[in-house]
Amino acid sequence: MKLMGDMLLRKEPFEEIVIGNTALVRAMVESGTRVVTSYPGSPTPEIATAIQSIPKGDRPFYFEFSTNEKVATEVAYGAAVNGHLSTVFFKSVGLNVAADTFVQLSLMNIIGGMVVVLGDDPGANSSQNEQDNRHLARLSYTPVLEPANPGEVYLFYKEAAALSSLHHMPVILRLTTHVCHAKEKVAFEGLPDIRFDDTPGFDVRNGPYIPLTTEVFAKKRRALQNLAAAEAYAEDTFINTVVDNGNDRQGIITMGLPFLSLMDVLEGAETKPDILKLGVVHPIPRSLVKDFLARHREVKVLEELDDILEKEVKSIAYDEGLTTRIVGKTGPEDWVGEYTADKVYTVISGSWPDLLPPRKRNAKQSPATPARPAQLCPGCGHRSAFYAIKKALVETDITVADIGCHTLGYLPPYEMGQLLMCMGASPGMGSGLSLFNDSRKVVAFMGDSTFFHAGLPGIVNAVFNRHAITLILMENGTTAMTGHQDHPATGHNFNDVTDKVPVRSVLEGLGVEHIYEVDTYQQKKLQVLVEKAVQDGGFSVVIARHPCMLKFTREQRRKKGYRPRQVSIDQAVCDRNHACVAEFGCPTFTRNADGSVEINTDLCIGDGSCIQTCPTSAIRPVAAKIDK
Amino acid sequence: MDAFNAYLIGVGGQGIGMLSEIMIRAADYAGHNVKAVDTHGLAQRGGTVVSHLRLGDRVHAPVIPDGEAHLVVALERNEALRGLDTAARDGGDLVFYDTVWQPLGVRLGREAPVHEEQLAKQCRNRSIRCHRVYDPNLDDQRMQNIVVLAEIGCLGLIPDVSHAHFRSAMEDLLAGSLLEKNMALYNAKCRRHPQ
Repeated sequence: MKLMGDMLLRKEPFEEIVIGNTALVRAMVESGTRVVTSYPGSPTPEIATAIQSIPKGDRPFYFEFSTNEKVATEVAYGAAVNGHLSTVFFKSVGLNVAADTFVQLSLMNIIGGMVVVLGDDPGANSSQNEQDNRHLARLSYTPVLEPANPGEVYLFYKEAAALSSLHHMPVILRLTTHVCHAKEKVAFEGLPDIRFDDTPGFDVRNGPYIPLTTEVFAKKRRALQNLAAAEAYAEDTFINTVVDNGNDRQGIITMGLPFLSLMDVLEGAETKPDILKLGVVHPIPRSLVKDFLARHREVKVLEELDDILEKEVKSIAYDEGLTTRIVGKTGPEDWVGEYTADKVYTVISGSWPDLLPPRKRNAKQSPATPARPAQLCPGCGHRSAFYAIKKALVETDITVADIGCHTLGYLPPYEMGQLLMCMGASPGMGSGLSLFNDSRKVVAFMGDSTFFHAGLPGIVNAVFNRHAITLILMENGTTAMTGHQDHPATGHNFNDVTDKVPVRSVLEGLGVEHIYEVDTYQQKKLQVLVEKAVQDGGFSVVIARHPCMLKFTREQRRKKGYRPRQVSIDQAVCDRNHACVAEFGCPTFTRNADGSVEINTDLCIGDGSCIQTCPTSAIRPVAAKIDK
Repeated sequence: MDAFNAYLIGVGGQGIGMLSEIMIRAADYAGHNVKAVDTHGLAQRGGTVVSHLRLGDRVHAPVIPDGEAHLVVALERNEALRGLDTAARDGGDLVFYDTVWQPLGVRLGREAPVHEEQLAKQCRNRSIRCHRVYDPNLDDQRMQNIVVLAEIGCLGLIPDVSHAHFRSAMEDLLAGSLLEKNMALYNAKCRRHPQ
């Protein structure tokens, strides 16, 4: 078996099939990165999985999951002004959380260098929007390098680290979902012999590091000078490339994954436009773009999400007095969704109808395949919670969701969580909904990792301003949705055992008066507690606890002597009232055409949380099978 | 080879990730240029998961264009129909494991279940060869993906990829008793079709 951890530390050059996120970690090792921080969020958590594959004692850098993206940015910054090359990584919307700190970075003399790795999500595969973070790069005068595939992730990170270290400025490496997760063979270089100097290098003479009014203008000038230096680099780097198809009529300027999609659709074209593929996407290398424009009569800017590059290219053409016809986005649809080959075909054909051959059409049947939305797992404690809480509320009550697995409660049959915004927003939104509202109870949900991430301010506000809402803290003991990372209440951090910060103690410390606790499998008790909590008249919290059963079951399976358990349905007792499928809704239950219900033995984990939901007691636990 | 696309589809938890990883490594051992991408994140929680696998010298992006999959591999019956509809290319191959993980709408009685005949009919109409796989004696659901892999290997559905390539890939990815169990199952299934 090939071990990822061995590969990431291999001394000699090698080739291996990796995803972009893994290639990134090898680049960190080769670059001498010393401190890495993060908060988990798709499409980036597999970066930490790769880091974890290196045994702790062999890991050449410190890594932590911080409590949120802003803190992670601060930890990486602190390390970098002490002289360490650092990196923070998180998902697209994580930059919103980090923004208050992030926008200051370019003003500072970051002596160790600092790379900010963003996992943007065109197509909103696993995010609440598909925001284009190049806007924040512009706002903060931060250069952006954007790779298209795992091989480029590896090369571009090393470039970003070098550029950042040279100019003591932050540099963004902008990844997108299908660059993080794309898999291909990458050729890695050998490991340089790196000697770390861990002398704390912080010195106010490298600053000032205090951005008071008197200092801000000088700092801003410095940021702009650095940006100009980055542009000079961009004019002359191998990471911007031209595909010369000998076409003086048509050219395309593009970047990132859309470049690969473009290459796919051009496979079928008789005449191919020339292509300028930018690796540095901010600042735009003016001369490079000017020369490319001047060599073509028409240039299409092929750009995923927003029209940032298009505006830059047009302004360069204007400034340079060029008459090249520049074709950008042609309508709102060009701003929406990921630029897959299918999308690129549509976008290019919209501007140049004759360039691409007609697409072959299959004899599609368009059958109605039943939709398969993501589901709470078999045994999930959230299912028991939603099942019970739904009974405690009336239909007009308002339920507010937060980010996490429990967001899935919005689906039938629970339909719990009617509003969702972003991390930690539920108590705040719920508080607003409670104003001038005596008739509809407001119940907010929040997971335990979110509680520590961004939940606390909204909770303190509810206490401070005496808002009458009930918060259900869905405590499953992990950051489940992103792959079971630890958080402050678990007693473990990424590296070690640590002291638990129990959610109850925090709530008590914040002055929450009404706190209830229950395991969600005690459905009746949970229902009664919620009925009571919503009558408390002020801010109340119900800690609805049950360990993540996906994590728990995986751990159990690894133990010696583990015996699978399942429930069964006594068909002689079952009266086909369908409470199990239609109200409790565990995916283990299969409804047959004749109305009978069966257990899917592929899925059932035998947790038994369903047994209490059957009005006729037809669901029976099955004793554990004997080990073979 | 110019291009060969294999589209893998199943439900979160069925082992699509491992199947895809074995296939990409086997294709690499066979000397192909390979690119792939899988679904990660929340969608894995009981939702549809897909994996795109592309081989050849004229492929660039990891995502397969709609309706361009030469081979659709489904680990579940509903997903087999979805895979046919969204990804399959006329005249290609479908391999599916005929288990059913009932989707939400069917469980709630709001949508009709998919029948095997629907799959067969669509395959006939589109000249897609339909290969149904099922093993009633398999005692570990998590090894259904290996049964499917063996079928792909036996039928030689990926150009130039042989049993030996699949075995090498499994050896890269698994160890100990897990490797032994999966390899034994693969070999048992392949006995009828030694390459």
